[in-house]
Amino acid sequence: MLTKEETHNGIFTMGHTACSGCAQSMSVKLIMEVLGKNTIAATSTGCLEVFSTRYPESSWRIPWIHSLFENSAAVASGIEAALKITGKKDGITVLGQGGDGGTADIGIQALSGMFERNQDILYICYDNGAYMNTGYQRSGLTPLNAYTTTSPSGKESFGNSRPKKYMPEIAMAHRIPYTAVASAGYPLDLQKKVKKAKSIKGAKYLQVDVPCVPGWKYEPRYSVKLAKLAVQTGLYPLFEAEYDKIISVKKISRKVPVEEYLKLQGRFKHLFKDEAGKAEIEKIQNIADENIARYALI
Amino acid sequence: MDFKIGIIAMPGTALLNKTGSFANENPVFKHEKCTGCNLCIYFCPEGVVYGDKKTKIYDYDVDYCKGCAICVEECPVNDIEMILVEK
Repeated sequence: MLTKEETHNGIFTMGHTACSGCAQSMSVKLIMEVLGKNTIAATSTGCLEVFSTRYPESSWRIPWIHSLFENSAAVASGIEAALKITGKKDGITVLGQGGDGGTADIGIQALSGMFERNQDILYICYDNGAYMNTGYQRSGLTPLNAYTTTSPSGKESFGNSRPKKYMPEIAMAHRIPYTAVASAGYPLDLQKKVKKAKSIKGAKYLQVDVPCVPGWKYEPRYSVKLAKLAVQTGLYPLFEAEYDKIISVKKISRKVPVEEYLKLQGRFKHLFKDEAGKAEIEKIQNIADENIARYALI
Repeated sequence: MDFKIGIIAMPGTALLNKTGSFANENPVFKHEKCTGCNLCIYFCPEGVVYGDKKTKIYDYDVDYCKGCAICVEECPVNDIEMILVEK
């Protein structure tokens, strides 16, 4: 039973200015339900920071800090060290958060340092596949052939020319105790992974696939549908790993061709114009097939 | 509004910002075929949907609903529909 009053008392409250249908705000809401009140969060620059803390308002009911684009992992490291030295670490979760740009491009050295020191921090990367907050510039996690303002499609180009960086495997290469990939389309799976990460001591990395309405260019109602399709096509494999070993994967019940995922999104619209586009779709299908084979998804 | 010196905002003050003005359409919970699966609560990006699994009565907070229609799209029995808001 959930009443109207209870919905107002969440740790991450409504009233933030995320776009209608934002999958990131959905994921944050689900994650904070699990992490609870004894959490201290550091957040890097990005959509989450901008829409949840529009000065002088804040959506958070926990200690929350924003410093710079590149250093949410470093700030979280400092918080963890301070809690340890003052003997208050027990029962407190330290959370570092960032978008895909703030994690995989700009913030990766601070994040790598945090992993290397194996500090007791949960780092969550909300992956919407570009710098959506500043107007859809390409990031290291932008998928192959996606249109962004810095990788436009046209006569000479099909959009982003490089495939997505395998960021969870970079985290696994640090031999941290827990790495997981989740999706906004599977809320129970997401909450289960956050719960598990909360119970483990040491550095944890969680990457969440969060479709972006204006950046991916689709109707707000398809946020969850797209997140599910990304998993079912094999383009976004969900798995958990301990140290360098993958311990579980989310199996695909029915393999969906990538066209079904691509055709709903305006950022891939140029692939459906002519024959050359078909060859590019084939390349994306190959990435999905490689993922399915690599992570044994079927 | 009351806030401290420095760039510090008081917790949960975002509630002052009534985001219901974002919406062109709002959902209607028809309560005909509802199975009480709670997916509308899970998938709401704002967290404005509330209700009870047992009575299968769900509703939403019109002050904050942005009208994204994810609940309509994801309802497994199509028991929610969107209507145009007259402003």
